[in-house]
Amino acid sequence: MNLDREGDYITLSMGPHHPATHGVLRLEVTTDGEVIRACRPDIGYLHRSIEKIGECLEWYQFVPYTDRVDYVCSMNSNHAWVCAVESLLSSSEETRLAIPERAEYIRILFAELNRISSHMVGLGSMTMDMGAFTPFLHALSQREFINDIFEKTCGARLTYNYMCVGGLVRDLHAGAEDEIRAMLKGLEKAMIDFNRLISSNNIFRARLAGVAAVSAEDAVSYGLVGPNLRGSGVDFDLRRDKPYGIYERFQFDVPVGKAYAGADGRLGDCYDRYVVRLLEVLESIRICRQVLDQIPPASGVEDDPVGGWCVAKAAQKALRKPPVGEVYFRCENPRGETGYHIVSDGTKFPYRVKIRTGSFTAMSIFEKLVPGLMIADLVALIGSFDIVLPEVDR
Amino acid sequence: MALSFDAIFAKVQVRFPAAGAGSAPNGARWIEIQAAEALVVADFLKHDPDLSFDSLCCLSGIDLLKFPATEKDGPTSDALVCAYDLHSLGHRHELRLKVSAPRDRPVVPSVESVWGVAGYFEREIYDLLGVEFRGHHDLRRILTPQDWVGHPLRKDYSYPETYAGVELKREGQTFESGPYK
Repeated sequence: MNLDREGDYITLSMGPHHPATHGVLRLEVTTDGEVIRACRPDIGYLHRSIEKIGECLEWYQFVPYTDRVDYVCSMNSNHAWVCAVESLLSSSEETRLAIPERAEYIRILFAELNRISSHMVGLGSMTMDMGAFTPFLHALSQREFINDIFEKTCGARLTYNYMCVGGLVRDLHAGAEDEIRAMLKGLEKAMIDFNRLISSNNIFRARLAGVAAVSAEDAVSYGLVGPNLRGSGVDFDLRRDKPYGIYERFQFDVPVGKAYAGADGRLGDCYDRYVVRLLEVLESIRICRQVLDQIPPASGVEDDPVGGWCVAKAAQKALRKPPVGEVYFRCENPRGETGYHIVSDGTKFPYRVKIRTGSFTAMSIFEKLVPGLMIADLVALIGSFDIVLPEVDR
Repeated sequence: MALSFDAIFAKVQVRFPAAGAGSAPNGARWIEIQAAEALVVADFLKHDPDLSFDSLCCLSGIDLLKFPATEKDGPTSDALVCAYDLHSLGHRHELRLKVSAPRDRPVVPSVESVWGVAGYFEREIYDLLGVEFRGHHDLRRILTPQDWVGHPLRKDYSYPETYAGVELKREGQTFESGPYK
């Protein structure tokens, strides 16, 4: 502990093993009593050189590594990577892939289910950080049902490795559609219960109202994305504004922050970010239902253009000699824009893989936003940003 | 109103005649500018009302050392390239901006005064590729330890055999950079 005689500031090291940092994050905070005067995030504890590994593996071999970039929403990470590679392949007539219709629908379905399960972790752990343990259990129990479905289809509960360039590793398991419909019904009810249990709880609301408000201008400048950006009132969602996959076929609303906490609240405060996530879950349920209504039935033939799930042979051939060039592909993940900037030199290995993640850019606003907050409010801020540390460090 | 790449490039070229357009065989296009001009161009791109690139989506560094020349007799380059992927929320258009820095003395002006998020992206590129961003308020390593030697994403990087007294190299292992054989 360093005591600076001039101002009597104390420098505290919050983390790397702190329950509220959601992983291995160290924040060096200079405090003046209860109030923070300066904050320096120290990241990199979970750096696994995933970008370097990407240069050493063939294009299709990188998919399991994308799972580990953000293990809370592996499906979305898979989706972003395969979309980026397919976007590179689509520039040449010889390597362009015609992804089966059914595979496109299943990708959206699983991406949205994973978004729900990720938001469940985000909302649940945020309430737990605020001292409410029961909602955490409610949220996580719902996530288990989604994990069960993923496990039946692809064999894993956390790191799925389910999507591949050209489609999917395998089709949905038998009876999955009905199971998902039933699960969504229970999930919707559980969300209403969750909302009644915690959202209008006076203590919870007062704890978050007006805390760490981010102006729209700062949110854009500091690269906040996804629910954190929309919590500040910026109406932007890649799924609607720059649709990838087949998102343009579905109707859904984009919730934005509106100072939901009432008189004490400010636009872009922690409570707004919380509410935006809650509403997004309901929108994701809407998208899932539309997918289930429109999805073509399985044909049982792997590369059938409508009812199949993968054009594996064409993809393998295309990936041996992909076009030379570069692509920056942006996907809307639960933690906002995940971008893969891939550079290809025409060989079967990527030349460069750059992963831009929502949590990494969210860390950049800490130095500006945190000074002036109370120490306890820093915990609320981290919770409301829904930071996942493997994604920060990659 | 969303502008096409050609319209954006025309606007930039009026103001900065040294800017050039680049393209890749897969159809990707970008604007290339001199490293020394990076900050003024960034400022122009953000504040010009017709362009207003208010968000920096991604800033990635690319080492061109082993990149094959696209044209048969074209010169190969060993420069370090910074690629800025920009997006305008108001106009909904996108642009990629590229800055090349020479390998032996890679210096690029920092744009963190224009886009706050650039501060972290630049630290990452400094750490992994060794580009020095002039004017950055806190240019330190960010992902690797502060006493790490070398820049891992450079194509001529050789992995250290020991770090802080710990043997990193195991028997029979080779640490050649590049794809595993």
